[in-house]
Amino acid sequence: MNASRAVEIAKARSSRLGSSQYSGRAHTLLERSFLAFRNSAWLAVLSGFMEPVLYLFSFGYGLGHLIGSVHVPGGHSVSYAMYIAPGLLATSAMNGAIYDSTWNVFFKLKHDRVYQGMLQTSLGPLDVALGEMLWSLLRGFAYAVGFMCVVVPMGLIQSWWGALAIPAAVLIAFGFASVGMGITSCFKSYQQMDFINIVMLPMFLFSGSFYPLTVYPGYVQGVIKSLPLWQAIDLVRNLTLGIISRGEIYHVLYFAAMIAIGLTVTTKRLTKLFLR
Amino acid sequence: MTNTTNASREVLIKATGLRKSYEDFVAVNGIDFEVFKGESFGFLGPNGAGKSTTMRIIAATLTRSGGELTILGKDPQSNGPEIKAHLGVVPQADNLDNALTVEENLYIYGRYFGLPKNFIREKIEELLDFAQLMDKRSVKVEALSGGMKRRLTIARALVSEPEILMLDEPTTGLDPQARHILWDRLFRLKEQGVTLLITTHYMDEAEQLCDRIMVMDKGSIMAEDSPAGLIKKYSTREVLEVRFGSDRNYVVAPQLEVMADRIEVLPDRILLYAENGEALLHEMNEKGLHPVTSLVRRSSLEDVFLRLTGRTLVE
Repeated sequence: MNASRAVEIAKARSSRLGSSQYSGRAHTLLERSFLAFRNSAWLAVLSGFMEPVLYLFSFGYGLGHLIGSVHVPGGHSVSYAMYIAPGLLATSAMNGAIYDSTWNVFFKLKHDRVYQGMLQTSLGPLDVALGEMLWSLLRGFAYAVGFMCVVVPMGLIQSWWGALAIPAAVLIAFGFASVGMGITSCFKSYQQMDFINIVMLPMFLFSGSFYPLTVYPGYVQGVIKSLPLWQAIDLVRNLTLGIISRGEIYHVLYFAAMIAIGLTVTTKRLTKLFLR
Repeated sequence: MTNTTNASREVLIKATGLRKSYEDFVAVNGIDFEVFKGESFGFLGPNGAGKSTTMRIIAATLTRSGGELTILGKDPQSNGPEIKAHLGVVPQADNLDNALTVEENLYIYGRYFGLPKNFIREKIEELLDFAQLMDKRSVKVEALSGGMKRRLTIARALVSEPEILMLDEPTTGLDPQARHILWDRLFRLKEQGVTLLITTHYMDEAEQLCDRIMVMDKGSIMAEDSPAGLIKKYSTREVLEVRFGSDRNYVVAPQLEVMADRIEVLPDRILLYAENGEALLHEMNEKGLHPVTSLVRRSSLEDVFLRLTGRTLVE
């Protein structure tokens, strides 16, 4: 019997460890996302880019006039726009990743049954999980580059370390996408999706995008510091202001853990849902 | 095709004691069957009979609870991706990618199998032609009719050139014309040597499309044979359907019972099984029994199912 090409391709991988979980074709999910993006999703991406820029103009310049400058660790002070720009960059990386990995994922999971379609081919659940997260990560990268194109000419980035804010945004997007998809894959109804909004909005408002955490009492600071958005903002802000310490390693590890946990949960859930 | 020639035919799928149970119920209760290369094999049964569950276990998207299953000699549980590359899957509910166009749906599905772009591009032309969707290639899937969507789903399943095409309730929800177009396409595939695995709860579909049928009910196999073989084995040549009005049906039933080989009293009508329906009707009239309406027809798989389970297929 002449095996078809599809069979030959699957056979060639079959002896590898984890071949039923991962076929090495996560990039085909990127291809799919790109096709969908070309058809219609570009509007959502554009709005994701606009959001931090509008916040920057409104708060940075409007409110910035009243506030003047902000004291930062290291003993110097920076303009208010300079202070909030990294916070907005980190937030936009988060928002893009969360939007993709929650609402979009839920829709593809339940309504369009896109993942069911994918998993009836020789793709594995890890291909699907990784492929979707890679797209969020690319989106985080695009937002970061776009935002930098606005803030660098405005003189809001003080240090060459600031160039690392772009890979940092990618890492942040990956972490949020991973956990977002993991949580979403456990949700059963649209109503449960509101849970995400309940978490996201306060996190955005209180994680130190707009003012230093020192305004809070100690225990509140502790709580906020354990949240992923503060981890993200502190990392990006230290980079753009050039105040680098060993603490950045912990931020990176925090996001590495988010990625690992999210990927594991998502893969397990997709397996349970479509390959029990 | 009769069972006597089966020995010489290549077995593609073999199940022994196949079982799927959940915490509170048994979906598939230890079934045995074989599917041969090039045949069209049907699972016939009402909703909840275990047809779709069996299909999903074969398609390696559901793990079995017990028994043995080999597809082209391999166990889907340990060779999932490879088995899936052998199969084309057309699920009961369309899962086309609504964010993409017709052409893009075919393209990306091929990519999921790891097929090269050039290979898929050539294949797309062939499949659009097969599915009669050439003029819809740049249209988003959402805008297609139900019949078109189903044809696209079939075309999509063929991108990987599968040896076995699995169709779960392929024409449920389609209008008669769309059904006939679909059946015609499936006949063509069969002519090309593709093995078809079909679940249906429509007896006419099973009779039209299947060489061999496995009648399922409540997770078990009730019978297995060709459509004609099943009818021969479990029914008479003809059926006389009579209506006396819903109150009188039960009253006259005992009188009719002695006249026919077998009778079935349904809420709205009585079915009388006989070799010659017209003769039976004549006999009835002579005995002074005059039904409100009467109809003589050939036995169908519906009758087989009724005989086997005591219930009608579509409830």
